[in-house]
Amino acid sequence: MTSSAPGAAVVRRAVVAGHGDFAAGMISAVQQISGKGDTFRAVSSRDLSAVAIEELLRATVGAHEVQVIFTDLPAGSCTIAARRVARDLPGLIVVTGANLSVLLSWALGSDDGIAACEHALERGRGAMSVLPAIVQTEGGGAH
Amino acid sequence: MPIELYRIDDRLVHGQVVVGWGQPLNVTFVVLVDDAIATSDWEQELYRMGAPPEMTVTFESVDSALAHLAEYQSRPGHGILLAGDVETMRRLVERAGTIRHVNLGGIHHRIGRAARLRYIFLTPEEETSLRELAASGVTITAQDVPATPPVPLEQVLARTGE
Repeated sequence: MTSSAPGAAVVRRAVVAGHGDFAAGMISAVQQISGKGDTFRAVSSRDLSAVAIEELLRATVGAHEVQVIFTDLPAGSCTIAARRVARDLPGLIVVTGANLSVLLSWALGSDDGIAACEHALERGRGAMSVLPAIVQTEGGGAH
Repeated sequence: MPIELYRIDDRLVHGQVVVGWGQPLNVTFVVLVDDAIATSDWEQELYRMGAPPEMTVTFESVDSALAHLAEYQSRPGHGILLAGDVETMRRLVERAGTIRHVNLGGIHHRIGRAARLRYIFLTPEEETSLRELAASGVTITAQDVPATPPVPLEQVLARTGE
C-alpha cells in the first residue's frame, strides 16, 4: 500500500473507522498522549449508507497510502466496508475491536505489517481489566 | 413472536442491529433477506463474521424466506428479519400476509431520495410502497435504536429531515 523508495523508512498511515465520534476521539487521545495523532485519519459511519461508508474508506485509503484500517466493532458497518476495501487491495490490513492501547502501540511501534498489528492487539488485550479483581476462595468460589 | 423485528436497514448486519437491538431483545438469530447475498458465499461470510457466537445469521432470498417464514416465526428464541431496501420488504410482507409491523431502521441518502429523518431518506416510489403497505394494515414506524421513540409513518413522511 506504500510507494516508498527501497530502503526508505515506511511512513505509518492508518485509518480509524467507527461509530459516532469514536475515531476522532481516539485520534485526539493518541495525539494528547504521544503526539502521533497525525498517523491516523478518522472515518465515521454516522448517517451514511453502507455504500457511502465504503466509498469514503476507499477514498481515504487511496489519498493517504494507508496500510491498516482499525475499526471499533467486528459487527460494525465500518468493519464490513473495510473488508470490502481490503478484498480489492492486497496488503491492506483490517484490525477490529481497536482500543486506545492498540492505536498507541501501533503508532509507536517498529514492526511492520501483520506483525505490528498482532503486537498492537496483544497490548490492547493486555490493557483491559476489571477492578477490583475477583478473589478466588479456597473452595473454588469467587467473591 | 420469535421474530421480534422486521427491519429495513441498508447496512444490514451492523452495530445497531447486533448490539443496539440484539442485546435488549436477547436476539439469537438474524434472517437476512437479500436476493443477491443469498447467492454469494463471500458476502455471507462477511456478514456472518460480524455476528457474536450466540447469534446465528441465515441468508434467504425473498422466495426462500417466504418458504421458511412460518418456521422462523415459530422457532425458539428471538429473531430479527432484515431487508436492505423497501422493495424487498414490500415483496415479503405482501406475499407473507403474516407480518404486521415493519421497522424503518436505516435508509440512507442517495440521489433521488429526500430526507425524512436523520436516518431515513426516501424516493417517491419508496414512499408510495410504504403508504400502500400501511393502507393494507401493516404498522410502519421508524426507529433506529430501542432507546429512541418510534416515529409513525405518517409523521416520517410529513418531515423534511432532522
